[in-house]
Amino acid sequence: MTSQLTNAATEVMPAFTGYVYPNEATAHPIWSVLIVVYPYITGLVAGAFIMASLVRVFRVKALEPVYRFSLLTALAFLLCAPLPLLCHLGHPERCFEILMTPHLTSPMAVFGFVYAWYLMAVLLLELWFDYRHDLVVWSKTESGFKGILYRLLTVGVTDLSEPAVKLDARMGKILSIVGIPSAFLLHGYVGFIFGSIKANPWWGNPLMPIIFILSAMSSGIALCVFNYQVLTWVRRREMNMRCLDTMAMFLFYALVVDAAVEALDWLHRAFAAEEGFQVLQVMIREKLFYTLSVGQALVGTLLPFLLLGSLQLLRRRVPEVVRRRMIFSSAAMILVGVLAMRWNVVMGGQLFSKSLRGVMSHKFDFTGGEGWLMGLFLLILPFIILAMLLRLFLSERLPSSEPGPHSAAAASLP
Amino acid sequence: MKTQFNRRSALARLGATIAGALALPVARKAKAAVQYFLVSSGAPKGYDPKDHKWLICVDATKCIGCGLCAEACKKENGVPEGPYFRTWIERYIITKPKPGSEETRGETLVDSPDGGMHGFPECPVPKDQIEQSFFVPKLCNLCEHPPCVQVCPVGAAFKAPDGAVLIDPDYCIGCGFCVQACPYGARFLNPITHTAEKCTLCYHRITRGLKPACVEICPAEARIFGDLKHLAPDDPLQQFYETHRTQVLKPYLGTEPRVLYAGLDEEVR
Repeated sequence: MTSQLTNAATEVMPAFTGYVYPNEATAHPIWSVLIVVYPYITGLVAGAFIMASLVRVFRVKALEPVYRFSLLTALAFLLCAPLPLLCHLGHPERCFEILMTPHLTSPMAVFGFVYAWYLMAVLLLELWFDYRHDLVVWSKTESGFKGILYRLLTVGVTDLSEPAVKLDARMGKILSIVGIPSAFLLHGYVGFIFGSIKANPWWGNPLMPIIFILSAMSSGIALCVFNYQVLTWVRRREMNMRCLDTMAMFLFYALVVDAAVEALDWLHRAFAAEEGFQVLQVMIREKLFYTLSVGQALVGTLLPFLLLGSLQLLRRRVPEVVRRRMIFSSAAMILVGVLAMRWNVVMGGQLFSKSLRGVMSHKFDFTGGEGWLMGLFLLILPFIILAMLLRLFLSERLPSSEPGPHSAAAASLP
Repeated sequence: MKTQFNRRSALARLGATIAGALALPVARKAKAAVQYFLVSSGAPKGYDPKDHKWLICVDATKCIGCGLCAEACKKENGVPEGPYFRTWIERYIITKPKPGSEETRGETLVDSPDGGMHGFPECPVPKDQIEQSFFVPKLCNLCEHPPCVQVCPVGAAFKAPDGAVLIDPDYCIGCGFCVQACPYGARFLNPITHTAEKCTLCYHRITRGLKPACVEICPAEARIFGDLKHLAPDDPLQQFYETHRTQVLKPYLGTEPRVLYAGLDEEVR
């Protein structure tokens, strides 16, 4: 009853203009707020992983302080990535059918495998090889729950001889190299889920996977920048400005490429002006004005572009405090902008009829399995998991004894 | 640390990979065979889907918009009340162009209140301003290449050999992907069972030698149903074919529908 009352107070009543197919005239959209959260979280995973790969594969030394941090961020978000999909299903108890009897022409079915591959074969393994040395050391020094956990995580491999540690580093690098295309595949596939729907002119677009990957990169790097600054502030540590400036530089490049490709997509749509372009114009002008023009274009792209761009030109002249704030606000704005982009993609495709003769306004519940609250919870959950992971694996109290290339990384962590 | 790789183990692994790849088509066939027996379609024993090829033709010029088909469908198939339809009727009203506008026709108004189940209200445009007005019955287009089947992550949606596109409700996970992928708006998520649903051509009827409910009840004989594998010379389907030029909805999508329309206007999507 309470749920009904709160929903009645907050929801927007459904309304239709023009003609929509009778089956489309439902109160709620088929894909709810949760499906907006799903590609957002997956994108953050891919982006954070790419950030970590910059250190391992591309040897960007300045980013070493955030190497493990980015990997743990990717893990925290990856663990939550399938939850929105699962909560949204009409029959969540049958979800394992996707893995047991997959229909391989379906992008959603293949996503299950890509996800499993990425989690089990790439991210967890890379983290294990990277942490193995530390885990062995911590399992000896720590007692209680933590000690047991670290001991379990060593899986009985306690060899700390030089060749073993070298092998760890080598495996870590190989996994990182495999991880980059895997991260692209993971999020490219999410884009393909939408891009493959030829029935919908808003979605059916070969550029969709690329746009998703590029926006994932900028949002993932933005998340690392955001979290790094918050963590430094929480732990009251000095910020590594070289690292932050480098992150800001990569964030700027990712943003520029992402914005360029998205602009190309829009230019093509406007120039080709195919069937359905009229209804898409209504969407841009009316239905998605705030999330597209304001959220995605202005807040998510233009403002951070100006802030980060000016920093690239005038870095030495801008005082450190101002620089920090500019980078922080740019990262926050990009995070909001990419969330708005996911909203525009997912909801945009459901706000007009496939008859191309009308537009809909759907109802969004506040509470309930697919309501705003659930979406918010699923957005916050990865941060809670990340906080736990940081306590366990990036704690300031733990000795960092790794002699490998990441000793500096561990030592200078916030 | 000694490396574990040698030529023999590498060859063994390569061999295993090739064997795995070769086993894939066999595995696929086995899966198809299992599906053949396990997937429920509601057909009686003895019905061989390979012995039929169903087709529906719609003569849009005959439809009078009475809505009996939509109502019969709801009753026959227990379709829930509300905006859930396996078949429906659309009314098109094309107005005359404004004088001096240099257009061939004016505005196109389309409606389908309650799927046309209870008929249509009074025409909102004065009679003398109407250039054309007509009804179009809609249903699942029985695509030869159904996008809804293509995207189903578990294979709950499938195309039977007789041309019917069906869903196994005991298998559907209710993700809604097929609803999004259908270009014709012919699918919906059943709010009671939380699974996807669509026109089955009244599979429980046609597999017992009966016609679909909508075809059976149509007083204007606007819907013609038949089996291409058992076509008599005087079959209504054959006669319709000989006397009409037909077209399909949204042909540019390459779905190759098996619902053929006669008398469609370019405004119909």
